[in-house]
Amino acid sequence: MDDLLREFITETNESLDVVDVELVKFEQEPNNATILNNIFRLVHTIKGTCGFLGLPRLEGIAHAAETLMGKFRDGAPVTQEAVSLILISIDQIKDILAELEAAEGEEPQGDDSELVGKLEDMSAKADAAMASGAEPEAEAAEEAPAEADAADDDDPDQTLERPLRPGEVSLDELERAFQETEIEVEVADVEIVEAEDIAEEVDEPAPAPVAAKTEAKAEPLKKAAAQKSGTEGGEKKAAGGSVSNKSIRVAVDTLEHLMTMVSELVLTRNQLLEIVRRHEDSEFKVPLQRLSNVTAELQEGVMATRMQPIGNAWQKLPRIVRDLSQELEKPIELEMIGADTELDRQVLEMIKDPLTHMVRNSADHGLEGPDERRAAGKPEKGTITLAAYHEGGHIIIEVRDDGKGIDVEKVKSKVLERGLATEAEFEKMTDSQIHKFIFAAGFSTAAEVTSVSGRGVGMDVVRNNIELIGGTVDLRSTTGKGSSFIIKIPLTLAIVSTLIVEASGDRFAIPQLSVVELVRVQTNSEHRIERIKDTPVLRLRNKLLPLVHLSQLLGIYEGEDVDQAIDSDNGFIVVMQVGSQTFGVVVDGVFHTEEIVVKPMSSMLRNLNMFSGNTILGDGSVIMIIDPNGIAGAMASHASSSVAESEDEEQEGLQRKSMSSQNAISLLLFRAGAPEPKAVPLSLVTRLEEFEVSKIERSNGRDLVQYRGSLMPLVYVNDGDGHKTEGTQPMLVFSDSGRSMGLVVDEIVDIVEDRMNIEVGSERPGVLGSAVVKERATEILDLGYYLPQAFEDWFMRKEMDIEALTKKVLFVDDSSFFRNMLTPVLKAAGYDVTTCIGPQQAFELLENGDKFHAIVSDIEMPEINGFEFCESLRRDPRFRNIPILALSSMVTPASIERGRQAGFDDYVAKFDRPGLIAALKDVFSNELGVAA
Amino acid sequence: MSVLEHKTNSDAGTASDMIQYVTVVIGGQLFGLPISQVHDVFVPESVTRVPMSAPEVQGVLNLRGRIVTAINMRRRLHLPPLEDEQMMAVGIEYKLESYGLVIDTVGEVLTLPAASSEPNPSNLDRRWAEISGGVHRLDGQLMVILDVDRLLGAMFTEPMVAA
Repeated sequence: MDDLLREFITETNESLDVVDVELVKFEQEPNNATILNNIFRLVHTIKGTCGFLGLPRLEGIAHAAETLMGKFRDGAPVTQEAVSLILISIDQIKDILAELEAAEGEEPQGDDSELVGKLEDMSAKADAAMASGAEPEAEAAEEAPAEADAADDDDPDQTLERPLRPGEVSLDELERAFQETEIEVEVADVEIVEAEDIAEEVDEPAPAPVAAKTEAKAEPLKKAAAQKSGTEGGEKKAAGGSVSNKSIRVAVDTLEHLMTMVSELVLTRNQLLEIVRRHEDSEFKVPLQRLSNVTAELQEGVMATRMQPIGNAWQKLPRIVRDLSQELEKPIELEMIGADTELDRQVLEMIKDPLTHMVRNSADHGLEGPDERRAAGKPEKGTITLAAYHEGGHIIIEVRDDGKGIDVEKVKSKVLERGLATEAEFEKMTDSQIHKFIFAAGFSTAAEVTSVSGRGVGMDVVRNNIELIGGTVDLRSTTGKGSSFIIKIPLTLAIVSTLIVEASGDRFAIPQLSVVELVRVQTNSEHRIERIKDTPVLRLRNKLLPLVHLSQLLGIYEGEDVDQAIDSDNGFIVVMQVGSQTFGVVVDGVFHTEEIVVKPMSSMLRNLNMFSGNTILGDGSVIMIIDPNGIAGAMASHASSSVAESEDEEQEGLQRKSMSSQNAISLLLFRAGAPEPKAVPLSLVTRLEEFEVSKIERSNGRDLVQYRGSLMPLVYVNDGDGHKTEGTQPMLVFSDSGRSMGLVVDEIVDIVEDRMNIEVGSERPGVLGSAVVKERATEILDLGYYLPQAFEDWFMRKEMDIEALTKKVLFVDDSSFFRNMLTPVLKAAGYDVTTCIGPQQAFELLENGDKFHAIVSDIEMPEINGFEFCESLRRDPRFRNIPILALSSMVTPASIERGRQAGFDDYVAKFDRPGLIAALKDVFSNELGVAA
Repeated sequence: MSVLEHKTNSDAGTASDMIQYVTVVIGGQLFGLPISQVHDVFVPESVTRVPMSAPEVQGVLNLRGRIVTAINMRRRLHLPPLEDEQMMAVGIEYKLESYGLVIDTVGEVLTLPAASSEPNPSNLDRRWAEISGGVHRLDGQLMVILDVDRLLGAMFTEPMVAA
């Protein structure tokens, strides 16, 4: 048996097994286009191959099944019956394959002719069933829905759209007739499918076949089959096993594992050799030498199982081209260059189908007929060239023809017809971009569907298969001169050629396949980094390339400002192309290229889509391998996020402008007890003092210093902290009404003007929360917690008159910071303070009948601002006379005027504590005065 | 449990209710890993950090041709980093993959009766409790049993939830 056929049988059997499984899946999910496409492709391949191997029976069945599935693809409803039909035809293909194998590649003559006869009979049956004439393809499309619709019905008799012709039987009857024996059922069902096919294949379908005849035909077939199994039974078994058993297909995983183990073995051997080298006259020397040799051979052997010359994938092609040339009546010469170029077995397997498709396409669509060629002044014989060669760690396979080239207009009209693009879009496209449409799914330029190619599975499958193994396919076409497909694939899936780069001190490996070029940038050189707003771009051959620094993408940039990551003076730009996206990745350094064995990432790290794996470099260190797709994705989102960011920034800028006078406050930054900075509003601090440690005295269980003639208690930020043992001790002094407290700190750091947004609240006493101050998370201390530590009665004493104590004050502020900060202040002045987080809550309290003697309200609040709050209170007669104080950090004559108009009694600056207390006193004394 | 009892137990170390622990020290605390789970003890050298990974992941390193994911136990336990001192690592296997737990030092092997382990004290830091499989009272100190499955299992779910 010829090698080609043997391979075909093994392969087809495998494909059929897949089809079986997929079909069952498909039946359950009829809308799953992926499964359908997969089945369609497999059957298409079987059909195609059969055609060239001279196996018309198989080709016929496969073509019919494919046609039916094509209808599904076009949207015909998927029915159980239809799927069963395909399944049965798959079984039939398998049976024929088994016979084929048993007969050493020769299709048994008798069977064949009988089957053809039956097929002819059945073809007419199918014709009848599908209500179609003898014209095959033209009506196929109409037949399918009819057939499928009918199949949906409960009664299979309804498959006919017209009355039965004399001598015809319905499908149902036919099936019933064959149901008597298993084999007959099978044959009958198969025939129905085959029949459809034959309608397309034979020129003159036999009209009016009879059921009787069919049955009669079935009988000999059955006999023949029985006879076959009888006489050749044993032989068949042996032979059946023969082809499949001569070559064992091993999962690549197994080989991969084997290879890893061998690598380990080599490493161990090297270690052993190293040890033995140090010990002269070791008795291990001889056996180790042997081990070494065996290991080397083993390594070679394992490698050899993976690497194969590409010629293996080309084996089928000469015959295919020869047959094609006859079928299409075009003289074709196939030229093969570089057949001994080796590549990984796995890759080889993956490109076999695409290559076959491409050669077929070139012969069918690419090359013109001899007449046309002669008219164009070309030699009558068309040439298809297959060339394979290594290029920078990749294998380039070129399929080239000297035909007419791709007809742009034809592609355009097809694209429009399929709705893949619009005229307007074409306007902007170059010819080569339009050419690429032939890789789109469901695209076929062949005007008529032939059995050779032209079902539109070809090119998109080609592209998918190639991309699956990390390759790319490119197309160049010149009208009148021919077209050429350039496939670029990695040598092996296990070994990747990578570029080793450095970013922020770490090394990373970028697969070479996606690296287009490297650009060195310097300020004075031709290539320099320019910025549009803050977006860095590179002008490269009149195109603008978006840039991003690798450490920025990976979030490992260590400098102050990420925007400064890209140094305009010095840097390397790795120009990468992923799909249609081209962009520049800036790196700090470029080392060299290295062939690396990809090791899968630990599953704990597999969620990082920036990396496709990791590997061990020659120097023994581990390096992460960048996943170009992940980078491209991040690049896209980086771009959009930077847009969003800049919008945010604008917004923020606006806000900041309007808020700058309000919220920027002076904060005193210091450290105490921990390295993290702490802060208090500077306005609350009376003085910053430093005392000689020796001045700190201890009395009554607490530390004190003599300060301005009285004793000032010292308070520590954390319980249990102590003061320094020597030198001077810095502290913050808070004074109020002649009493002072010293808050002991380690170090006073700075005074900054900043907005203070407490972003993270705190449960810890003494800490209001954390805010970002000078780009560092900073604890904001709650002085209200510390003050009573110095004087338990801090908030109680003071010049608290009875009147003040009875005054209830409502304090409205949306900021918890100010609530927390000022409530103690108000309480300290002796007021009974109730706080609200906003006017809404205040209204509720007031509506509930809570009585307040005065209201202190913030101005800058969301939803309802202080002015509106005040105005609406003033409109209510109940609250017309209640004193209302405005509290704002925006103190301008205009705002004070606005406050007066709104009805505020007074307008106080935030942080002006004495002012606030004085104002409150004022309004109450006024009130008293008025009352009096 | 007394030292004596401990000694007699280690003599009868083969008993099925005895568990051998490799002890390690992390931030001054003694931890114990069942010896069956410890494959290696090694010095983590030239660790390649993995950007965008969980903070506990110190990086990946080459351990005799295998790529091992190193997990910094101090970071895992929210302890301050160990400065200027050589860290050690214990190699463990979890779901057929190799991990290295980076710890301060490796101690001895103790054989302790399984029955003498006590449940986590209820006031144990939650972050510790979630990786602790119990506590053994030793002479003079406590040994926290490191539950490798919980330790690594928790790290698997976290990034996935995040993703």
